[in-house]
Amino acid sequence: MGAVYFDNNASTPVLAEVCDAIGPALRGELGNASSIHQRGQAAKAALERARTQVADLIAADPAEIVFTSGGTESDNLAIFGAVGQAPPAHVVTTRIEHHAVLNACEELQRRGHEVTYVGVDRQGRVSVDAIAAALRPETALISVMSANNETGVEQPVADVALMARQAKVLFHVDAIQSAGKVPIDVGRIGCDLLSLSGHKFHAPAGVGALYVRRGVRLHAQIFGGRHERERRAGSENLPGIIGMGAAAALARGYDSTRVTALRDRLEAGVLSAVPDCGVVGEGAPRVGNTANIWFDGIEGEALVIALDLRGFCVSTGAACSSGVIEPSHVLLAMGYSKARARGCVRFSLGRRNTAEEVDALLAIVPELVAKQRRLAPRKIARTA
Amino acid sequence: MTTPTSTAAPPIAVAMSGGVDSSTVAAMLHAEGAPIVGLTMQLWDQRRLAGAPGMAPTGKGRCCSTSDVYDARAVATQLGIAYYVVNYEDRFERDVVRNFVEQYAAGRTPIPCSLCNTAVKFDQLLVTARQIGAEQVATGHYARVGFNPASGRYELRRAVDEAKDQTFFLWGLNQEQLSRARFPLGSLTKPEVRARAAALGLATANKPDSNEICFVPGNDYGAFLEAYAAEQGAPLADTSGEVVSTDGTVLARHGGVHRFTVGQRKGLGVARGEPLYVIQLDPERRQVVVGDDTALYAHELRASRSHWISGEPPGEPVRVQARIRNRHTPAPAWAEPLPGNELRVRFDEPQRAITPGQTVVLYQEDLVLGGAWIDSRTT
Repeated sequence: MGAVYFDNNASTPVLAEVCDAIGPALRGELGNASSIHQRGQAAKAALERARTQVADLIAADPAEIVFTSGGTESDNLAIFGAVGQAPPAHVVTTRIEHHAVLNACEELQRRGHEVTYVGVDRQGRVSVDAIAAALRPETALISVMSANNETGVEQPVADVALMARQAKVLFHVDAIQSAGKVPIDVGRIGCDLLSLSGHKFHAPAGVGALYVRRGVRLHAQIFGGRHERERRAGSENLPGIIGMGAAAALARGYDSTRVTALRDRLEAGVLSAVPDCGVVGEGAPRVGNTANIWFDGIEGEALVIALDLRGFCVSTGAACSSGVIEPSHVLLAMGYSKARARGCVRFSLGRRNTAEEVDALLAIVPELVAKQRRLAPRKIARTA
Repeated sequence: MTTPTSTAAPPIAVAMSGGVDSSTVAAMLHAEGAPIVGLTMQLWDQRRLAGAPGMAPTGKGRCCSTSDVYDARAVATQLGIAYYVVNYEDRFERDVVRNFVEQYAAGRTPIPCSLCNTAVKFDQLLVTARQIGAEQVATGHYARVGFNPASGRYELRRAVDEAKDQTFFLWGLNQEQLSRARFPLGSLTKPEVRARAAALGLATANKPDSNEICFVPGNDYGAFLEAYAAEQGAPLADTSGEVVSTDGTVLARHGGVHRFTVGQRKGLGVARGEPLYVIQLDPERRQVVVGDDTALYAHELRASRSHWISGEPPGEPVRVQARIRNRHTPAPAWAEPLPGNELRVRFDEPQRAITPGQTVVLYQEDLVLGGAWIDSRTT
C-alpha cells in the first residue's frame, strides 16, 4: 500500500476521467478560444461546454459562471468586485473564513473600508442573527463560507441569504469546501456570488470559478482582453477549465454516503481507542468527509509528521498554516484553548479512500498518540 | 521520498539549519545508508521586529529566514529524505529570547546558544524526534560524543578541529541527551566538511558560516533589546547613567548599561590617552565602570547553576582547564564545587574579561567535565 491520502480538503487527486478530458487541450488540439479559426472555435466550444458543466454542478446558468485561477482569486474577485471603488463601504464576514477571504477583507480595511468579523459558537456555527445585527446602512457585502475547510462544519448560508435579500445586501458564499461533497443549488441558497475551486473536487489546481448571479454588477479586478464577459481578462486556462468541467460533471452524480460512513468509522474508531480526545464541531452539521479531532497533551504537528512517516497524509488544519506558530484561527474562534487547538489533526477523506485504509490508520493512531503523550513535556496541559 | 516503515530501524533525526555543516551531516548519514528525517526548527519570526528603530526594515537576520529553510529543503529534496519544518517559536522565546533580554537588562552578557542547545535543540527537538519515531538527533556541531564502558557514562569531547570546536555551547547536555546525540562532524575539520559537501554536490557547499546570534540581525543586540521590549509593551528600565573610572571619577554619560559588555573598548564616549575598557556593569547604580587593560584581569570567578556531564559533581576540587569565552584558550585552574550547585574557579594565572552572564566550561584535555553560569569575578 502506498501513502494513504487523508488530506482531501487541501487538494484532491485528479481523477482519470478528468485527465482524459484534459488530454486534447494539452496535446495542442485546441487553440485560443478568442481566435477566428476552427481550432479556436473548438477551444471556445470546449470552454463553453465546461462552463455549462460547472453551472450544472450548482444549478446556475452558464452565463453566470466566471472562470478564475482558483478559489483564492474567486474569493478576491467576489469581495473586491462587489465592494469596488465605491465610497467607504462595510463588509460583514465571519472569523472562521479561509484566509483568501480574511486577508482580502484586511486589505479592504487598509483601503479605508470597514469590516465586521462575526464570531461562531462552540460548534463552529455562525448565527444569522449575529450577522443581521452586524449590518449597517452602508453594508455592501456579506461573505460566509458554506462549509469550513478545517472542521467541515456547515454554515446556515440559505438563512443568511434570505436575511441578506431582505436587507438588500449582496451575499457571497465561499463554497470551496462544499463542492463535490454536498449538492449545491445557488437558487435554493439564494446567494449572489459563490466561489468554487477545481482542485478541491478532483480537477487540477490553478482553476476556479465564481458564480455571479445574473444582474449583479461586479467590478473587474484584472484588465486586458474581453474574456469572461469582461469580468476577468486573460486567455482562458483551457486545460484547467476543461478539467474543472469534467470534474464538475463527475461530482454531480457523486454520492457521499460511502465516504461519510468511512469518516464516521474513523471518528468512532479513534474516540473508542484514544482517551482524552474529541471531534471538533461534533453535533453540528458537517460535510461528510472531514474529521477534525483534538488530542489533549500532544502537538498536532508532531502527530502529522509521525503519521506521514508511517505513510498517512493528514494535516493540522489549513495547509497554508504549516510552519505557522499561531493555532488555528478557526478553533480559537470556536473557543478552544491554544493548547487544545494545537493538538488538533484533520483527516479529510475522499472518494478514493477505502475501509482498509481507515482501519490501517486506526491500527496505529492509539499507539502513536500514547507514545507522544508519554514523551511530551508536562508543560503541555492535558486540560482544555 | 523515503518512508521509513515500522519494521525498519528507527530513523535518525537530523537538525538541518540550512547551513553547510548540518547539510553535510544529513548527506553523510544518508550515504551510510542510515534512515534519516530532516527537521528544521522555526525559532524566531524575523518579521516581528522588522522596521522597529535600529532594526532592518525587512528582517534580514540569519535565523529561520525563508532562505535558510529553502536551502535545507533543497538539500533534503536532493537527498530524497523526509523533511519537515517544526515550529518552536513559543519555546524559543520563552527559554532563550526572554532570558537574553533579562540578562542584558541586569547588566550581564548572556550566551543564548548554550541555552538553545540545552533547552530547545536537545530538549524540544529531541522530544519531537522521539515522538515521530526517531531515537537520536544528529546535528552539525563540531564536538564528539562517545560511551565510556569503564565508567558506564557518555562523554563529550572537543572536536578534532580545535578552531571550530563547539563544546563551549554544549556543556549543558546531560547523560540522556548525550546518549541520543550524534555529532558526525566532530572528527572532521571544516575544510574537510566543505570538501565533502562539494563532493556530494550539496547546494549549501559554499554557503558562508554564520557567526552572529541567529535572532539578532547584524549583531546589533542593543537595538534588538529595545525593539523587543517595546513590542512587549514593557520598555527596558532606564539604566542610563554615568561612565566612571575604577576610582569613581565620572568620565561621561551613557545611554543604558544593556548597551555594554565587559571588555568592550569602543563606544564608551570617553576620550583619553590610553585605551579604556569596560570593567564592570552596575545596573543598580546605573554605572559603567571603565579602566585600563590590567583592571580587566582576575584570578577567580564564582558561578552558579553548575552542570556536570557525568551526572554528579566531584567530591573535591578538581584540576581543570577552564574556558570563559568561546575563543578563549582553556586556562589551568582549580574548580571547586560549592553547595547549592555553585562553583568556584581559581585560575593559575589571572584571566582577562571574566564576564557575568557568560559561562565557564571545564575541560580535562579534550574531555568536557561540565560548566556553570558566571556570576562574578574576584581578584
